[in-house]
Amino acid sequence: MKLKTLLMGSALAGVGTLAMAESHADMAMDMTLVSWGGAYQASQQNAYVEPYLEMNPDVSITWDESSAEAVAKLRAMNEAGNVTWDLVDVVASDAIRLCDEGLAMEIDTEELLAEAPDGTSAEDDFGDLLVSDCFIPQIVYSTTAAYRPDLFPEGAPAPESICAMFDTETYPGKRALEQRPINNLEWALLCDGVAKEDIYDVLETEEGQDQAFAKLDTIKDDVIWWSAAAEPPQLLADGEIVMGSSYNGRWFSAIEEQDQPFEMLWDAQVFDLDGWIIPADLPEDRLARVKDFLFFATDTQRLADQAAYISYGPARQSSAPLVGDHAELGIAMGPHMPTAPENSQNVFVYNYEWWADYRDDLDAKFQAWLAQ
Amino acid sequence: MSDATETSGPMLAADGRPLKASLNRALRRQKLRALMLIAPLLIFILVAFIAPIADMLFRSVENRIVEETLPRTVAAMDDWDADAEPTPGEEVYFALFRDLFVASEKKIHTRLGSRLNYETTGISSLFRQTGRDVEDIAEIYEDQFDDLNENWTEEVFWAELMGDPDWFAEASTTEDGTGPDFVMKEGMEDRLPMTAEAYRTFAEFTQVEDEDNPVGENVWPLVHAMLYHDLTGNAAVDGYTGFGSEELQAAKEAAADFEGVDYKQTFLDIDEDWGDPTILGTIKVYSPTYTPGYFLTAVDLQLNPEGVEAQDEDQAIYIKLFWRTVWMSLTITFATIVLGYPVAYLLSSLPMRVSSLLMILVLLPFWTSLLVRTSAWKVLLQQQGVINDLLVWSGLINEAGRLVMINNQLGTIIAMTHILLPFMILPLYSVMATIPPSFVRAAKSLGATNWVAFWRVYFPQSVPGIGAGSILVFILAIGYYITPALVGGTSGIFISNRIAYHISSSLNWGLAAALGTILLAAVLILYWAYDRIVGIDNVKLG
Repeated sequence: MKLKTLLMGSALAGVGTLAMAESHADMAMDMTLVSWGGAYQASQQNAYVEPYLEMNPDVSITWDESSAEAVAKLRAMNEAGNVTWDLVDVVASDAIRLCDEGLAMEIDTEELLAEAPDGTSAEDDFGDLLVSDCFIPQIVYSTTAAYRPDLFPEGAPAPESICAMFDTETYPGKRALEQRPINNLEWALLCDGVAKEDIYDVLETEEGQDQAFAKLDTIKDDVIWWSAAAEPPQLLADGEIVMGSSYNGRWFSAIEEQDQPFEMLWDAQVFDLDGWIIPADLPEDRLARVKDFLFFATDTQRLADQAAYISYGPARQSSAPLVGDHAELGIAMGPHMPTAPENSQNVFVYNYEWWADYRDDLDAKFQAWLAQ
Repeated sequence: MSDATETSGPMLAADGRPLKASLNRALRRQKLRALMLIAPLLIFILVAFIAPIADMLFRSVENRIVEETLPRTVAAMDDWDADAEPTPGEEVYFALFRDLFVASEKKIHTRLGSRLNYETTGISSLFRQTGRDVEDIAEIYEDQFDDLNENWTEEVFWAELMGDPDWFAEASTTEDGTGPDFVMKEGMEDRLPMTAEAYRTFAEFTQVEDEDNPVGENVWPLVHAMLYHDLTGNAAVDGYTGFGSEELQAAKEAAADFEGVDYKQTFLDIDEDWGDPTILGTIKVYSPTYTPGYFLTAVDLQLNPEGVEAQDEDQAIYIKLFWRTVWMSLTITFATIVLGYPVAYLLSSLPMRVSSLLMILVLLPFWTSLLVRTSAWKVLLQQQGVINDLLVWSGLINEAGRLVMINNQLGTIIAMTHILLPFMILPLYSVMATIPPSFVRAAKSLGATNWVAFWRVYFPQSVPGIGAGSILVFILAIGYYITPALVGGTSGIFISNRIAYHISSSLNWGLAAALGTILLAAVLILYWAYDRIVGIDNVKLG
């Protein structure tokens, strides 16, 4: 009995070391990708996950739709010492926080990312969008407004500025805004006469914050606050609201794919980024697989392909000319991108650094303001 | 005489031992066996429930991060009295330089920055910014040593100078981090105390974290800075004759003429906030291992360098939320009693066949997903929803007068009352099923009216069911957060929504733990009060 266990034990150990040696030399065959689910994840699946699996039929990829709580989960996994994710899709501000906390790996763009077809280095191709050392941006999306002309009183002109949100006389009815201070405070100040370039300077002061909240006070009773981006299109379709803010891709799918009678209001849209981070301290074999996948999935053509499924702008400059038609509807995607010239006449760029510092403070104020 | 002494002694068992001890032993054995039977469950609960909760609650006071990341600064700040001088002296900034350099090499300074940013806005970016610049300060010294003798930027030279000869011999032949653990050369810590400490930190970090060999890695410029301070201070290098003694001797002579750094001024140049007493005060106030800070924030107070004071009115939300959670949970509990009591009564008084059918109707929503039920309420309650449409169609209200029943407290109360109703009906039913119908019949035959028979005879016997249902519903309601988040709008959210926010969005786990601890304590106190008033023995689940 004893001898048998001993033999089996050593046999197992032998197999173990063998397997270890092999996996060290090779790449892991399983990969867990974390994303947002819905239309966005489908665009990733179509644009580069399926092509990658065709090239590597032995690899199996598992999706985990946890991006919304990725930071908290990664922190918990890290504390437990068992990170099960290989590649995580997060918004830029989360990437910055993960990088700050040491939970994401720093990226060597030259080693990890493909050059543009014309030989431009990845670093130049992504340009300013590399907002964190750990972040590989994929898309530019925007938080922007849409409305339903048929719900406005007769004779009301089509709104041209974001300040229509605050104009309850011309456009009576409820509006939907995101339940967080970000974007709303900026829009409030902008519509209270503060110049665009001064907004964050003003918002830094006590008086500036009061000014923004005072402006929001004027519409407080008319706002339905949302926390999931799918809510505003639903509310607008139901006629619960007359206008609202959401991500441009959500509006696009409501308007083009579901034929809703919405109009976009691109004015003062707020650009934000979404992209990949690699969790820190992955084992060698898994890291090798991630690197291999990432190199493919973030090249110029793949990012352009993704735009055929969802109206988010590719993060590489070299991808823009390659953006074609919608994969199913056949309409040209270019004009629906937040980055298209006619849509981006008046644009905000989310100030990550500033919000990283002021988020906690302003959020407490915002919540207290809501509760009053 | 002798007989009497024998009988007054302890009673003995058959084996001659005192009977009492023998009985106790048997009892103990029995208890132990019982304990072993429940041991698997007990261990499971301890490991999977009690331990994680205890760990989470512990975070509400735990604050090791400051003292672990800035150990020297914390020690140096002990002597700083903010009332006497607005900014501390050079030695605090010198300590800060050493701590921040190491922290930024380990990339943990940003973590501390985010932690302290919970208390004072702006610290996060200050730490991030300074972490980038602190290397430049140290390089001032590195360059000067390099100009003096290029050996001072040779990693092999440093390894041979600082390391034990045996360690160096072995480590210099290995490729990566697989070499032996770093051993300091004897006497180095006495000769060059700060340099030795910095080099040890460098070597250990390189081996453990980067898994590289210190012999083959660029030495941190911090080591050069420390060497300068050792050499211009009280370094005892004169008696040293080992490897590198000539270079050390030469460096000691040259270092006297090196350009030094005014640390305080340099920090102020990086960012003038380093002269802000609030920033440094925050670091000092939050330097102890345990802090009451999170609990104070959780009850709308704040811990400042000046002491404890009330939170600004426009940021005080937690007390308000706690009260709202409690009174709305009470309202929901009361609503479930009013709605659930007749249903349970009906279930218990109808014949078995009909009542089991009704029971399915009670249980069916119970088995449906929480999200589905909550979303269904959205469809029903919204302004363009089913109920409002029906009311408008029937002419009870006009188009402009559509009722607002969702995204407010009413929405939360309606949806949660529905969701928690089974938790009231089931205990009520199980108690009512045991009340013999003959009691009420007897009361009536003695001349009681229907009402008197119900109120004086039936109702008192069903009270234990109400008690059990109330405790269940109230405790479940007080911790709910999904339903309030979906239908509560802004006025109908609970304290748990803030806890969820701090766990998953703001990552302020300490504050989330403090809020959770208070919530747990509140539930336990209410339970205790309930036990005193109603008596937990009067509660029956069946």
